[in-house]
Amino acid sequence: MPAFFEKKQLVTPGELLAEGDYLPGENTFVENGKIYASRIGLVDSDNKKVNVVALRAFYVPKTGDIVIGTVIEVGFNGWTVDIKAPYTAMLRASDVLSRPFKPQNDELSAVLNAGDLIVAKIASYDRAHDPQLTVGEPGLGKITRGQILRVTPTKIPRIIGRKGSMISMIKQETNCQIILGLNGVVLVTGKTPEDEEVAIGAIRKIEEESHTSGLTDRITQLLKEKKQPAKLEENKVE
Amino acid sequence: MSSPITKVRLKQIETLLEKGKRLDDRGLLDTREIKIEQGMIEKAEGSARVLLGKTEVLVGVKIETGEPFPDTPNEGVMTVNAELVPLASPNFEPGPPDENSIELARVVDRGIRESHAIDTAKLCIEPGKNVFVVFVDVYVLNHDGNLIDASAIAAIAALLNTKMPNYEVKDGEVKIKQGYTPLPMKSHPITVTIGKINNKLLVDPWLEEESVMDSRITFATNEDGNICAIQKGGSSSFTPQQILEASKIALDKAAELRKKLNW
Amino acid sequence: MNEKPDKLIDKKGIRGDGRKADELRPLKLQVGVLSNADGSAYIEHGKNKILAAAFGPREMHPKHLAQPDRMVLRCRYHMAPFSVQERKSPAPSRREVELSKVIKESLEPALFLELYPRTGVDVFVEVLQADGGTRCASITAAALAIADAGVPMRDLVAACAAGKVDDTVVLDLYDAEDKLGCADVPVAYMPSLNAVTLLQMDGILSPDEFEKAVNMAMDGCKKIYALQKEALKTKYMVVKEVEE
Repeated sequence: MPAFFEKKQLVTPGELLAEGDYLPGENTFVENGKIYASRIGLVDSDNKKVNVVALRAFYVPKTGDIVIGTVIEVGFNGWTVDIKAPYTAMLRASDVLSRPFKPQNDELSAVLNAGDLIVAKIASYDRAHDPQLTVGEPGLGKITRGQILRVTPTKIPRIIGRKGSMISMIKQETNCQIILGLNGVVLVTGKTPEDEEVAIGAIRKIEEESHTSGLTDRITQLLKEKKQPAKLEENKVE
Repeated sequence: MSSPITKVRLKQIETLLEKGKRLDDRGLLDTREIKIEQGMIEKAEGSARVLLGKTEVLVGVKIETGEPFPDTPNEGVMTVNAELVPLASPNFEPGPPDENSIELARVVDRGIRESHAIDTAKLCIEPGKNVFVVFVDVYVLNHDGNLIDASAIAAIAALLNTKMPNYEVKDGEVKIKQGYTPLPMKSHPITVTIGKINNKLLVDPWLEEESVMDSRITFATNEDGNICAIQKGGSSSFTPQQILEASKIALDKAAELRKKLNW
Repeated sequence: MNEKPDKLIDKKGIRGDGRKADELRPLKLQVGVLSNADGSAYIEHGKNKILAAAFGPREMHPKHLAQPDRMVLRCRYHMAPFSVQERKSPAPSRREVELSKVIKESLEPALFLELYPRTGVDVFVEVLQADGGTRCASITAAALAIADAGVPMRDLVAACAAGKVDDTVVLDLYDAEDKLGCADVPVAYMPSLNAVTLLQMDGILSPDEFEKAVNMAMDGCKKIYALQKEALKTKYMVVKEVEE
């Protein structure tokens, strides 16, 4: 029962991956008993499951995901939020206000207005309805400072690292607070813009080199170099 | 239709501006890198493609014959059209030209016309009956800010690349002959657009700055250092001092670019 | 300005532009050329120069055009005024409207429309220079733009035309052959799935000639498909080279 690929081979949509005793995984589909790639990416197999890690994909909402979005519009009983997905998300007023919502009295735009950034959780989503957001948990709500960058959503797991090791290292070395939205939007808040730039640089590097080996070492190196330029200068004077 | 600029980003832009800096590390008076390519559309009589940062504009020039305007029977005709095609930005929709596309075309036109860039007197075939008509089609391919300057430079570059067919008039009929002559040009106007954010003037606003700026002003200047067209755009206002300051900046930047391009 | 040749194909079987009957025009493909589009591609096919962009999946505007159970593909084929010998008005012509429709219908079979209900994917094709076979070149570029946008696809769609000039069935007609030949058969094809998604014909062909033309066009499509894959891999391959 054949597989037609090598580990981490770059495949394109429609490329035949396997036949027979294999299971279709991510970014693959089955036609006439054969498994094909549906997106451009790197193919790999996990037991009998053939997966394609997409190099280019957009975010599809999932209940429970933490996302970062921009408020687009203030509506009658809530806000429309852009979460960089095929669907716009909704945040209901009743979710944000700690008491019942009175349409005549409450001024929604005073709470959240167009252009505000929020960290939210996807409370619900299904094929027939746009995603509903909630900010009713600690750590969620309006963002007032920091820098935003966008990465391909499929790279977020690599930026997190095994058991969060990669992201913890970046946070520690740059003294930044980093929130990784699963929709590929990342918030970096540091004490100085320079610290934020270092963290952003590290994240971008991971995004570009996510599937290569030795990445953890290279990132560690990069963070060390950027962290202590003053000390390096001292050494040079000798 | 993309989402509005976030408040956090806006604050970032404003904070940097206070220090005389911009998001892409430019100074307030710095233009982005300009790349010009000519002649890539062989079916057009002239063409040019300009990359101003990531803003990309393609201009094609087509030459046809037609009747002159009644008030200028011995002069050729020039017309400028601009298309903000949907692939250039998620905010451009297919359809007939909207006010932005028309303003763009008319501002580019003004710079060329008022500076007499094209020597229209040399485009006459038969006075009062037949003249050359120069169609300048501005095609915006990618919008990353400052479409006016990119389009105006591309238009002149395309006109400089334009060749007119040779002809002869025999028995009252215009016959096209072999060979071409370059389009006769008298001037190479250069356009500089300045945006205003929080009363700070910046040259060559890029896309994010444009969504934040309260107004912009464009100056077209010629090689004599004279201004031949101006357009103020946006819903806010300039003080007279700001206008004078902007005009000086525009003249300086135009001279700088003129030297670089050898125009 | 256009001299009509006596014969489009000479005694030695060489065509007006130096090609043999079954030869493709030179092709160049680039992926990811526009920063605002979700996906984009640029093609030079002979003298054709075409830019394609894909936006989406995203909410449909106007909303009432959205379908509750599937994604909608919209396509706009448009020619620049300076793309042809005689300047063309920028307003959409009836030909552009028809081509927009057939191009859309050539790409739809490649998409999993049921995956993203209530959304739309907009594909825009701008012909910067035309020299025969623009609808095929447009499909080839549009398919790449859609793949570049990360929209899942069953297969890439490659397109190529065949036809007849001077009693000979030939591959990939250029402008003069298109205008002066006897038949033009554009074909779009998904090689992995052996599916034809576009087929049209202008002109007159015997059943045998038709079969020959379609087979020739599909062969052309397969060659173009290989170039499409290469173009995609080239763009994303740069990423791989970092590994030592």
